[in-house]
Amino acid sequence: MTTLMQFKDVDVHYGPIQALKKVSLTVDEGEIVTLIGANGAGKSTLLMSIFGQPRISSGEIIYRGEDISQKSAHYVASHGLAQSPEGRRIFPGMTVEENLLMGTIPIGMDHAEEDMQRMFGLFPRLLERRNQRASTMSGGEQQMLAIARALMSRPKLLLLDEPSLGLAPIIVKQIFQILKDVASTGMTIFLVEQNANHALKLANRGYVMVNGEIRLTGTGAELLVNPEVRDAYLGGH
Amino acid sequence: MSQAVGINFKKSSVDAFIAGLMALVLFGPIVGVVLDGYGFNAEFGRVAWIVAVVAVGRFVMSSFLQTEKGIALAFRYANSDDGVTVLPPGHKSKMIWIIPLVIAVGLLIPFIASKYVLTVIILGLIYVLLGLGLNIVVGLAGLLDLGFVGFYAIGAYGLALGYENLGLGFWSMLPIAAILAAFAGAILGFPVLRMHGDYLAIVTLGFGEIIRLILTNWASFTHGPNGVSAPLPTFFGLEFKRRSRDGETFHEFFNIPYDSAYKYMFIYIVLFAVVWAVLFIKHRLVKMPIGRAWEALREDEIACRSLGLNHVLVKLSAFMIGASTGGLAGVFFATYQGFVNPSSFTFFESALILAIVVLGGMGSTLGVVIAAFCLTVLPEMLREFAEYRVLMFGILMVVMMIWKPRGIVRVTRTGFSPKKGVVK
Repeated sequence: MTTLMQFKDVDVHYGPIQALKKVSLTVDEGEIVTLIGANGAGKSTLLMSIFGQPRISSGEIIYRGEDISQKSAHYVASHGLAQSPEGRRIFPGMTVEENLLMGTIPIGMDHAEEDMQRMFGLFPRLLERRNQRASTMSGGEQQMLAIARALMSRPKLLLLDEPSLGLAPIIVKQIFQILKDVASTGMTIFLVEQNANHALKLANRGYVMVNGEIRLTGTGAELLVNPEVRDAYLGGH
Repeated sequence: MSQAVGINFKKSSVDAFIAGLMALVLFGPIVGVVLDGYGFNAEFGRVAWIVAVVAVGRFVMSSFLQTEKGIALAFRYANSDDGVTVLPPGHKSKMIWIIPLVIAVGLLIPFIASKYVLTVIILGLIYVLLGLGLNIVVGLAGLLDLGFVGFYAIGAYGLALGYENLGLGFWSMLPIAAILAAFAGAILGFPVLRMHGDYLAIVTLGFGEIIRLILTNWASFTHGPNGVSAPLPTFFGLEFKRRSRDGETFHEFFNIPYDSAYKYMFIYIVLFAVVWAVLFIKHRLVKMPIGRAWEALREDEIACRSLGLNHVLVKLSAFMIGASTGGLAGVFFATYQGFVNPSSFTFFESALILAIVVLGGMGSTLGVVIAAFCLTVLPEMLREFAEYRVLMFGILMVVMMIWKPRGIVRVTRTGFSPKKGVVK
């Protein structure tokens, strides 16, 4: 398996505060990799640093053999990295279709029609609501839309920031089922989650982040039974 | 509705009493005490009248809102949907026939309207241009710009100073002023790329003031508060003056008696054409990827960045295109007045343009056109009430924000679809 993306000793500072400390991780092609950790551990910072917001202060982010840590956000986005940002961030005043079209910004609209059909196949709920304004949909549907929008740019690597945020447990289950379906199409997924239980069950490999450092790593199954992880993130039993 | 419908007069009376008390506090000192030489006159009669009117009005309104009709009305406004209406992508408006009608009527106006009416309409059209320009920045891209008058001033002074220093006439300055204003838009745009909301508003407010202060104080170039005269447009080189030092004038060439209205007719026709051109360009831009990018930027900037939208280009293009439209309006203003000085470009002007955009409905082209005419033509028609103009302006704003917070014309737009605008 070839390495798709790799963090090498990445430091990130917000002014005097160090948010990431010598973070190293790899994502291989075709894998689902998850990064779990508590609030404020630096998970979202890590994800946003791929897009240069914030810029890393030292280290390297290698994507397909190229250091992208100093590239602009649109360069990164147009080279096969797509993100479903934290809190969904869909465009509330636009319809579902329009939101999906906005996802094609990095690659242009050549495949828009075909890809949209594919998304509607993957997310039948979105098809029902294709001409509805996104703000009028439920949280789960909005999350589906955010994922579908990210997929519209035909990414090599899909980055997800807390897709379970603020959703009811049953909807979270649905979302993770969808992620499984997406992964079965061969998509590489890097998932940042607080919901460790779901995330580790889905993922091939996982990293545990504490205070800006990678504390533990292993396969999803290993981490699920790891006593430290169980105590900290899975309620201890 | 399960609650019993009946008028609770006690509640209405209390409402009326409170409103009356507030009116007394507010109007007591303002209306009740009149300065007379070095002393004061107490005019309690007038205060009593105002308080009575307010109290009775509140009583009637309070009672009405308790009736079934009133409740329904209040409910409707409390729950008015505040979003954009999106029409399905293939939608064609049935009102399309109105465009040729408006063009036909518009072209007839200069030949039937009196000179005075024509000048008022020209002013209205200038504000339509300004409104359309600001509408791109505020309405579409969501960047609150309080210094739009700066671009207007650049256009107007561009014509006046370009004529004085470089001998450039109306026709050469029209595009040049638009480009100048666009550059100014870029200069303003760069430092404010990272700002939004209140901070952006303050910086742009400062920009507008800087332009005005430069015009006032750089007396050796701009002649300061004395102003500069601006040239009239020419009709294929023919001037609209009574007599010309070089060459023939318009009325001599066509062998018709001189009439000072000719120049306004000509300005009107050119302006009318430019307004339609701007309307058309704006209409196309909204449907192009750049228009979608503006709207996306207004809706959620962080999402835009995560989608890899180049926000530098998007913001700058909004500022530049909006500014160039403002510059065009400035050129027309200068040639219409024949003279410019800094006092035409105060903050009040920026506020007025913003009011046009907000009243018209942010992002709505038709609304902006209607609002621009309302806010410029109505004050002219109400000349007798000149003293109360600003008061009426304020009342209009308050009433509009209560009853129609999304503007005169709710923004409806046709949805984007992948088939349209695909460039392969």
